[in-house]
Amino acid sequence: MSFVQFLISGISLGSVYALIALGYTMVYGIAKMLNFAHGDVIMVGGFTTYTICSTMGLHPVIGVLMAVAVCTLLGVIIERIAYKPLRKASSPLAVLITAIGVSYLLQNLALLIFGADSKAFTSVISLEDVALAGGQLIITGETIVTIVCCIVIMIGLTLFINKTKAGQAMLAVSEDKGAAQLMGINVNATIALTFAIGSALAAIAGILLCSTYPSLTPYTGSMPGIKAFVAAVFGGIGSIPGALIGGILLGVIEILSKAYISSQLSDAIVFAVLIIVLLVKPTGLLGKNIQEKV
Amino acid sequence: MKKFSRFLSVILAAAMIVSMVGCGSTEEKGSADTFRLGGIGPVTGGAAIYGQAVKNATQLAVDEINAAGGVNGYKLELNFQDDEHDPEKALNAYNVIKDWGAKILLGCVTSTPSIAVSEKTKEDNMLQLTPSGTAADCTKYDNAFRVCFSDPNQGKESAKYIGENGLATKVAVIYDSSDVYSSGIFEAFAKEAENYSFEIVSAEAFTAESKTDFSVQLQKAKDAAADMVFLPIYYQESSLILTQAANMGYAPKWFSCDGMDGILGGVENFDTSLAEGVMLLSPFASNSTDELTQKFVANYKEKFGDIPNQFAADAYDGVYAIKAAIEKTGVTPDMSTSDICNKLKVALTEISIDGVTAKGLTWDANGEPSKAPMVLMIENGEYTIL
Amino acid sequence: MKKLLNDKTFKNNMITYGSIIIAYAVIQLLMALGLVSSLFQGLLVPLCVYAILAVSLNLVVGILGELSLGHAGFMCVGAFSGAFFSKCLAATSMPTALRFTIAILIGAAVAGLFGFLIGIPVLRLKGDYLAIVTLAFGEIIKNIINCLYIGFDESGFHFSMENTLALNLSDTGTVVIKGAQGITGTPTDSNFTVGVILLMLTLFIVLNLINSRDGRAIMAIRDNTIAAESIGINITKYKLMAFTISAALAGVAGVLYGHNLSSLTATPKNFGYNMSIMILVFVVLGGIGHIRGSIIAAIILTLLPEMLRGLQDYRMLIYAVVLIVMMLFNWAPACIAWREKLAAKYKLKFPTKKSAVKEAE
Repeated sequence: MSFVQFLISGISLGSVYALIALGYTMVYGIAKMLNFAHGDVIMVGGFTTYTICSTMGLHPVIGVLMAVAVCTLLGVIIERIAYKPLRKASSPLAVLITAIGVSYLLQNLALLIFGADSKAFTSVISLEDVALAGGQLIITGETIVTIVCCIVIMIGLTLFINKTKAGQAMLAVSEDKGAAQLMGINVNATIALTFAIGSALAAIAGILLCSTYPSLTPYTGSMPGIKAFVAAVFGGIGSIPGALIGGILLGVIEILSKAYISSQLSDAIVFAVLIIVLLVKPTGLLGKNIQEKV
Repeated sequence: MKKFSRFLSVILAAAMIVSMVGCGSTEEKGSADTFRLGGIGPVTGGAAIYGQAVKNATQLAVDEINAAGGVNGYKLELNFQDDEHDPEKALNAYNVIKDWGAKILLGCVTSTPSIAVSEKTKEDNMLQLTPSGTAADCTKYDNAFRVCFSDPNQGKESAKYIGENGLATKVAVIYDSSDVYSSGIFEAFAKEAENYSFEIVSAEAFTAESKTDFSVQLQKAKDAAADMVFLPIYYQESSLILTQAANMGYAPKWFSCDGMDGILGGVENFDTSLAEGVMLLSPFASNSTDELTQKFVANYKEKFGDIPNQFAADAYDGVYAIKAAIEKTGVTPDMSTSDICNKLKVALTEISIDGVTAKGLTWDANGEPSKAPMVLMIENGEYTIL
Repeated sequence: MKKLLNDKTFKNNMITYGSIIIAYAVIQLLMALGLVSSLFQGLLVPLCVYAILAVSLNLVVGILGELSLGHAGFMCVGAFSGAFFSKCLAATSMPTALRFTIAILIGAAVAGLFGFLIGIPVLRLKGDYLAIVTLAFGEIIKNIINCLYIGFDESGFHFSMENTLALNLSDTGTVVIKGAQGITGTPTDSNFTVGVILLMLTLFIVLNLINSRDGRAIMAIRDNTIAAESIGINITKYKLMAFTISAALAGVAGVLYGHNLSSLTATPKNFGYNMSIMILVFVVLGGIGHIRGSIIAAIILTLLPEMLRGLQDYRMLIYAVVLIVMMLFNWAPACIAWREKLAAKYKLKFPTKKSAVKEAE
C-alpha cells in the first residue's frame, strides 16, 4: 500500500515538474535558447498571486489572471530587452549568460520587495482531496488539478502549433529563421509570442507549485526550474509530450529512490538515471534524432 | 573592434584594482570616541532570512545603547557586511570591516563562514562573538565565543529531554543532510539516544536540492509507527512538513530545536494551528512575559515590522554582552584590536548578563555560553514554557 | 628569434604572461609598501582560483567547442582530495611546501581521473545534452561528498555513507571528512605567490596545447567533426584529452581554494551548478576561446560584487544589471556596430574583420 502512496506522491511532484518543463521546452523548441530565468518567472507568478489573494484579500481567480498577465508582460519585456539584441550574436552561449543575469536580477528584485522571509501560500485550489482504499491513499486536489492542467496545456499547445497560423509560423521559425522571414513571417513577433505563451505557462506552473508545496521565497523557482530543465531534457527537449512524460518520470524516480534506496542520495540517483537514459538515447525519450550531414 | 572592447575591459579591471588598493590606504581607521563593531552574515541568498534578522537586531541594540549614552561614554558604530552564506565571501566581508576599522566582530551568522573567519580573527587576535554559529568548531580558538547553543549540545539535550520525560517510545527523524547545523544536531541526538529507552525508528534526510516534497520521509515515519518526529531543521522546511503531514492525516508529536523558533510569525500567512503542540528547545520565546523580552520584541516590531526570531535575540544579547565586557575592562577605542581582544576575552568569562535568551548568561573559556535549555510548546498559537 | 617575434600567437601569449608577471610585481610592491587594503589582499587567492577555472573551462568550451556545466564538480573533487591529504598529514613534520605540492598533484590527478572516467561516456553526447549530463555529474559529485564520512585510527581508514557513528572508529580515531560538515582545520597553505605560479602553469599548459599539433586537432574537431574524422583525427582521443586536462586544472584550482579556507564544505553555492554557471559566465563574457579574456572577465566579475558593497542591499541587484549590460555591450551585434562607428569617429586603428576572427581563435 505504501508503494502506491509513494507512486501518487511521485506523480504529484512530477506533474509540477512537467508543468514547468512544458514552458521550458516550448521556448527551447521555438527560440532555441535555454531560458535559465524561467524558474524565476515562476517565482514572480507565485508572488503576484500571493500579493493579490493573501495580502489584498481578493478572489483567487483574480490572482491567477493577474499572475498570468504580469508574467506574460514580464516575459515579453525580458525577451525584448535582454534576449532579442543577442539573437544574431556569434555564439548561442551569449544569450544563455544573459538569461542567468536576468535570473539574478529577478531574484534580487523579489528579495528587495518581499524580503527573505518565506510566505505560506494559500492554495488557490478548492477541490477536495480524494481518499481511496478507506482513507489509506490520498490524492490531493492540487495533484488532480495539476495533472489536468498539464494534459490540457499539452493538448492545447499541440493544437495551437499544428492548427493555427501563428503556431505554424512558430514551427517555421524554429526550423529556419531566415527562410521564415522570406516567407513573410514576422520572426520578431513570433518569438515574442513564444515568450509570452511560455511565461504565461510559467505563471500557471508557479501558482500550482506554490499551491502544492506552500512555501514562497525569492529562491522558490530556481531549484524546481533546474529540475524541470532536467525533465525537459529527459523527455527530449523541444518535444511537448516529452516534457510531460519526462517531468512525471523524474518526480516518480525522485520519490521512489528516496523511499527505497537512500534519502540522502536521491539527487545523485535521479541524475544517474538521467545520465543512463541519455547515454542509451542521446536525444531524450521522445527527442528528434537529427542526422548529421556532411 | 575586438581590440576596443578588450581595451575597455583591461581599463575596467585596472580601475577596479586601483580603487580597491586605494580604499585601504585612505580609509579612516575609526575615531577615538567610537567603538567600531563589525557584523557579518548572509543578507542576500538562500540564508538571507537569518542574516537579516541578525543585522536588524544588532542595529537595534547598537541604537539603543547609543541612545542611552553609549558604553563608558563611547558610542558604538556598526558595519554589517553580506557573506551570502559562503566562507569565501565571509573572508571578504571580514576584510572589509577590518579595513573600515572594526575592532570587535559580531559574526558570522552561519557556521561554515564563521569557522573560516575564525582562522583570520585568530591571526589578527580580534574578539569574535558569533550570535548563531552553532557548529562545534566555531569556537575552536580562545578569541571566539558564541551566544547560541552548540549543535552537539542541542542534540544531546533534545534526546535527554525526550528520554527523561518519556515523551515517546518510537522516534522518527527528518533532517537536512546537506546542512551543517542539521546534520550536527542529528549526529549528537542519535548518539545520546542510545542511553535512553526510546528508539529511533527512521532517520530520513533531505538536501538543499530536494526540499519541497517531504511525503516519503513522513510516510516512512508513519509506516514505522513513530509517535514522535524529531525535526532538527529550520522553520521554513518545518512549515512545509507540518502542512504535508496534516494533508496525509499524520499527527505525531513534534519535537524540534531552536531552528523551529520563528514558526509563529516568521512564515507570513502560515496557518499556525498546524503547529499546535509542537515542542521546541529554544532559549527564546518572543511572547515571554519577561519585561526585557517584551521591550525587545516591541521595539523590533516597531522598527522592522515583524517579530524577532531566535537569531535576532542571540544577536541582541551578543551586543549587550560586548557592552558589558567593555564596561568591565574599561578598554577604549584607541587601543589596538589585539589589546581589546586580550582584555575582553577574559572579561567575557567573568561577566553575567540578563539577556533576552537567558537570565544570568555567562561564558566559559571555551567560548560556550551557559544557558539552561528551555523547552517550549506551542499552545493556542503562543509559545508556552514547559 | 626574429621569426618568433613576428609570430602573432607568440607575441599574444607573451603579452598574457607578461601582464600577469607585471601585475604580480606591482601588487607585491604595493603590499610591501602597505598600500593594499585587507579586502584586496584577501581577494588575491580567489582571483587566481577563478582565473585558473576560467582558463581551464575555456579549453572545453572555447577550444573543444563543447558546453560543460559540471566544472565545479571537478573543482570539488580536487579540493576535497587535496584537503583530505593535507589534513591527514597536518600533524606530521612534513614541510609545508612539500605537503602542499603533493596536495596539488593529488588534487590534479584525482580530478583528472574523474574527468577521464566521466568523459568516456559523456563526450558521445552533443550540445545541450552534453551540458545537462555534465551538470548532472557535478551534482552527483556534490551529493555524494555531502554524505561521505571518512575517518582513521590505528587500524587504518574507515569509510561510511551513513554518519560518523557508522565509521566504528576507536576512541583515538579522528574523523577527517564529516559529511555535510566537510573538512575543517585544513592548513591554510594557499597564498598569492603560489596562486600566480599555478595560474602561469595553467596558462603555459593551455596555451602550449592550443598551439601544438594536438591543439590544432582539437580545434579541427570543434570546427567540423566530420571533416576532422575523415582526415583520420581520433575524435574520442582528442576530446578526452581536452576534457581530462581541463578537469585536472580545475582540480588544481580546487586545491588552491580548499587550502585558502580552513573550513571546506560542499554547498550549492561553492560546488553546485551555480558555480559551474558562474565559471561559464567568465568564459563567455571574456570571449569564447579567448584565454586572456577569460582571466580579465574572472577578475572583473570577482571584484565587482566586492566593489559594490557600499550599495548595501542593492548590491546584488546592481551586479545583475551590470552583468546583463556587459553581455549586451560585448556580444550584441547592434552594440558591436555602434562601437565600431564610435571607434571610427575617434580614428582608432582597428584590425580588419578577418584578422579579428583569426585572433579570436
